[in-house]
Amino acid sequence: MSVNDFHRIGRVQADYSRCIDEGPLEQWPDFFVENCMYRITTAQNYSEGLPAGLVWANTRRMLVDRVSALREANIYEQHTYRHILGQPSVLEENGDGIHAETSFLVVRVMRDGQSDIFASGRYVDRYVDVDDQLKIAERVVVCDSTNIDTLLALPL
Amino acid sequence: MESSVVDTVRETPVDWTDDLTRVPYRVFQGEDVYAAEQTKLFHGPYWSYLCLEAEVAGPGDYCSTFVGETPVIVARDRDGELYGFENRCAHRGALLALDDRGNTKDFTCVYHAWSYNLQGDLTGVAFQDGVKGKGGMPDSFCMEDHGPRKMRIAVLHGLVFGSFSDDVPDIEDYLGEEITSRIARVLAGRTPEIIGRFTQILPNNWKLYVENVKDSYHASILHLFFTTFELNRLSQRGGIIVDESGGHHVSYSAIDRDAEKDVAYSDQNIRSESAYKLADPTLLEGFSEVGDDTTLQILSVFPGFVLQQIQNSVAVRQILPTGVERTRLNWTYLGFEEDTPEQREVRLKQANLVGPAGYISMEDGCVGGFVQRGIAGAASQSAVLEMGGSLAESSESRVTEASVRGFWKAYRAAMNRQEEA
Ligand code: FES
Ligand SMILES: [Fe+2]
Repeated sequence: MSVNDFHRIGRVQADYSRCIDEGPLEQWPDFFVENCMYRITTAQNYSEGLPAGLVWANTRRMLVDRVSALREANIYEQHTYRHILGQPSVLEENGDGIHAETSFLVVRVMRDGQSDIFASGRYVDRYVDVDDQLKIAERVVVCDSTNIDTLLALPL
Repeated sequence: MESSVVDTVRETPVDWTDDLTRVPYRVFQGEDVYAAEQTKLFHGPYWSYLCLEAEVAGPGDYCSTFVGETPVIVARDRDGELYGFENRCAHRGALLALDDRGNTKDFTCVYHAWSYNLQGDLTGVAFQDGVKGKGGMPDSFCMEDHGPRKMRIAVLHGLVFGSFSDDVPDIEDYLGEEITSRIARVLAGRTPEIIGRFTQILPNNWKLYVENVKDSYHASILHLFFTTFELNRLSQRGGIIVDESGGHHVSYSAIDRDAEKDVAYSDQNIRSESAYKLADPTLLEGFSEVGDDTTLQILSVFPGFVLQQIQNSVAVRQILPTGVERTRLNWTYLGFEEDTPEQREVRLKQANLVGPAGYISMEDGCVGGFVQRGIAGAASQSAVLEMGGSLAESSESRVTEASVRGFWKAYRAAMNRQEEA
């Protein structure tokens, strides 16, 4: 685990959360490899080993569909997120990539101006090198709370 | 003349019309209505969904859940039977079980250590005889006279229901043959496996979510996914079943190649026609769920239970009121032991369609809130439910609010019933 990995992951995290908070959301799938796994679940499901997700994608194209659905199909009130990320913990580097965990806090700002803590949790990640760029091969978004307020439209 | 707030609201009757086509907005707003529901409805002669039998499979397994807002425990004793009772200590009322689920020999209250067996009987009182002959409970205290209130329990195809009432009919009679057989269609002869649990907090009265579930009229208008990918067109072969009480319903649709050709949708010029395409269309590649053509079956049991089969996404939903304007919606996603790995993957993929982030259900999380906010200041006005006529009966058309009217028929019967008693 080099200091370099720590910096590279930190940079991906910063760009990733900026992409969701500031846009354009269309670039969000680019943080992932083609055959990625992206799943949003709760700490309870995660510890019980239950595989389903609030969002469950095993291809990058499914993430592209998430974005276009939000743009063209789904109905929800305008809102934005603010991601506050902790420092990544680089846990292990092995043949299938770098494993790391990062805490997050997401504040949701609604159309009426209300800011609320929408989610807290951790990203359980595996990164791989693609053409000298660090991409997310696997990201499990483990939310601390079992509750989702109203709906989850934008990704975490 | 002075009167307390409670007295004032109690004196305000809900202004129902003679038929079922009007719903006074006040029923979604009144604290008094909410309080009356807790006793008349949730403690009345109705069955509330509690948990899956799979969650209390072995001796000592228990679940803590709710009937309305009353906390309850479902436990399996060593005799193999399921028991249900209030999650409330007979001493001073503390919760007995703090976890959602677990396995235990008995329930011991943390406050003063009164203990209960798996059937909910009080079996021990700490320091009952005092210490060194001093203190303790009086001789007249009899443990059998104290205990949490017990429920009747009914199990149907792996679903566990409970009722505080002795008057509630057996579950099969309560549901009727058609609804029972539609539950059997999805659950009978298979072993459910829980693949995920999610909770959605809705910013609206619980009845607005129940209406939404029963409202087949909105399905392909609000949810673009349903229509664009032909999961559910109102023009598809299908229908609505409303049981005699009105309270339970099934909405279903089946594969119908002819529907693709029909122009009913483009003629309406509604937003559900679009050029939207999926980059990964495998999302919708499924299998025949139980060997028939039915690709969608939404079933509700009065007052607050939903069994869903949307393509291969099978889930149960428990609708729990947690305040006049707040509802807890518990989703339990199911697979079956019999699933092949490929089928299991389809279920995980299609779970994207439902739940708080579901392509075809995230809107349902917010529309109830839109209504709740929209009806502010309009307590004397009413919703209009005339789509498909004024009755609450089964039909082949899903362009109808028949099952929503059915809910109000059962609701009004429930709320009137005990006013007389
Ligand atoms: S409240 Fe339970 S023992 Fe006192
Ligand atoms: Fe809906």
